[in-house]
Amino acid sequence: MGERPAEIRIHDFEEVDLGLSPDEAVAEAERCLQCKKPLCVKGCPVGIDIPGFVHQVAEGNFPAAARSLKDQNMLPAICGRVCPQETQCEGVCVLGNKETPIRIGALERFVADWERQNNPTLPDVARPTGKRVAVVGSGPAGLTAAAELARAGHAVTIFESLHAAGGVLAYGIPAFRLPKDIVRAEIEQVLALGVRLKKNHLVGMSVGLDELLGYDAVFLATGAGLPAFMGIPGENLNGVYSANEFLTRVNLMHADAFPEYDTPVLHAGRVAVIGGGNVAMDAARVARRLGAKVYLIYRRGEEEMPARRAEVVHAKEEGIEFLTCTNPIRILGKGGVTGIECVKMSLCEMDASGRRSPEPIEGSEFTLDVDMVIQAIGTSPNPLLVSLIPGLERGRKGNVVVDKNGRTSIPHVYAGGDIATGAATVIEAMGSAKRAAAAINAMLKGE
Amino acid sequence: MKRLYRIESAARLADRVYEYWIHAPHVARHARAGQFLIVRLHEKGERIPLTISAARGDAVRVIFMTVGKTTEELATLQAGESIMDVAGPLGRPSEIDNYGTCCVIGGGVGIASTPPIAAELKRAGNHVIGIIGARSADLLILEDEMREICDELYITTDDGSRGVHGFASDVLKRLFEERTIDRVWIIGPAIMMKVTSAVTAPAGVKTYVSLNPIMVDGTGMCGSCRVSVGGETKFACVDGPEFDAHQVDFDNLMQRQRIYTAQEKTALERFAEHRCRCGEGGEQHG
Repeated sequence: MGERPAEIRIHDFEEVDLGLSPDEAVAEAERCLQCKKPLCVKGCPVGIDIPGFVHQVAEGNFPAAARSLKDQNMLPAICGRVCPQETQCEGVCVLGNKETPIRIGALERFVADWERQNNPTLPDVARPTGKRVAVVGSGPAGLTAAAELARAGHAVTIFESLHAAGGVLAYGIPAFRLPKDIVRAEIEQVLALGVRLKKNHLVGMSVGLDELLGYDAVFLATGAGLPAFMGIPGENLNGVYSANEFLTRVNLMHADAFPEYDTPVLHAGRVAVIGGGNVAMDAARVARRLGAKVYLIYRRGEEEMPARRAEVVHAKEEGIEFLTCTNPIRILGKGGVTGIECVKMSLCEMDASGRRSPEPIEGSEFTLDVDMVIQAIGTSPNPLLVSLIPGLERGRKGNVVVDKNGRTSIPHVYAGGDIATGAATVIEAMGSAKRAAAAINAMLKGE
Repeated sequence: MKRLYRIESAARLADRVYEYWIHAPHVARHARAGQFLIVRLHEKGERIPLTISAARGDAVRVIFMTVGKTTEELATLQAGESIMDVAGPLGRPSEIDNYGTCCVIGGGVGIASTPPIAAELKRAGNHVIGIIGARSADLLILEDEMREICDELYITTDDGSRGVHGFASDVLKRLFEERTIDRVWIIGPAIMMKVTSAVTAPAGVKTYVSLNPIMVDGTGMCGSCRVSVGGETKFACVDGPEFDAHQVDFDNLMQRQRIYTAQEKTALERFAEHRCRCGEGGEQHG
């Protein structure tokens, strides 16, 4: 069914991609070669039986496809939308060598959407084990671990500090990429497995560490919520936002619907977004939908942007103007923002990471007239809880140190998602949570 | 959606100043002096921080002034009604120790924050001097409570209608001339904290102020509440809310408190209009 045209979608927060029709889904699924040794499954961090569910779609057996998907992934409508399939399952699809890979993400989304609209069924839940597990944080990692552990029969409680579950799915990713009713529906499915959700509970503040560590197992999934600022002059002017704040105001608090909703956000005529990742694209496209002319400032070249290619394309279609090889050096204004001073960057030297290290070009400074600046230059692990737990080993960047099964330096405490890896993708967080959940389950069963 | 947090009692303490006890065990059982909580009244509500003014059993006390739409709306809620979300306790607790002689100063509705700090300082063995000030006698709150806790209590009013005619800073100046004070806490409007903390700077007495910038999540995730302290950017929600007064850039704080002035006006007008249409206006304001 394709995508909604840019000139229409920039006026609302409705989904950009309309998904596949049943006929389109079946036709797409029929292209699958059903490889004996499927590379796509290896490319999937949560190990979905991709040929299996695709085969069911080709057969028109959508309920069976949904059961197959949910067996490995309780958040398929979310993953079908936000996973970078092009570098994962679809990236290794052998059809990609000669033609285009199977659109696995679109099929996953189709099946999940079909099931949600046609009486969703739940996976089986094992008999109660009598073991209690605390999951801290209800983002992709927390939800995944909770679902896995609940299915294994453990009594799972999720602690969430905000008033809504979902973490970055709720506050970070805008509705036009991930509609919030879909997020809520998939969270409801996790809770329907018997998972208890305690909102407004900050572990370490509202829940004592003794209480937390008194659970039979603990899974820490508090995310990488701490926004970085560039540290340039003018950063504390009114009208300078972290992408986290700007997106939270709109996605979680519905500031786009102010004053019907109480949370405000500034509306600017001209906005500069700094950064080249998915969060920068999201912030730019939200600002565009609030009516602004948007510039995206990135210090390297477009081909080096960490954002998904599709999001870069969407942003450009929506009229976001890219200023690449450009670095901000100062935000101008008195009280509010009036402009941003930038310098052009040369891209000559390769740095240690193999990426070219940009250097400022002397005399290339210029000023862009803007009245809002959004910094989307990354986030780091949230230190709030993990810094309080005695004996919990942390890495140089504040992340919790874990082994490949999510084990921390404390025997019954595990961690996964961004708090362990640093900022990464939804699906990588889910993959690490699944591995940790398997290890927790083995520990609780005394294996 | 079930509203979990019941208002156990609601009282009006002064013009536009209200005292609510809210059932919130997860906050009440862990609250320490200097901390705050965040409320969201309903599905369409914003998240606003309020200082925890006391905790007893499973209930917390908040004392607030109606300054915008959300506080106006909160003030319409009666005992027995509920609030959708209460999160907390948030922020670092006050740095309580036995320092010797401590002075705890509250200005206006900022007095609400002083009893827990004064009480914990007292328990730690300090000689505690309280100074509470308001524009006029009828706006003065928690006088009896502070008198009970503090070893000495001074009252000031801008108009002289009660206590010393003048500001808390005047009393503080006099005390500084007379004797040694080891630590000072000042909680009130930004401008009051700026002026009052200037008194303690020359003597180099460690002075804490509790900052109240605009917040969203209150857990260090958004940076809305960033303040400049000693030239560094800090988040009031997780690094504070109390900071070394002599390092705080109060002008930037006051500037950032005004970010949404226009929107706040719109929201308040819309709310007043709505209440008039519903025939609820007037009386609630007292």
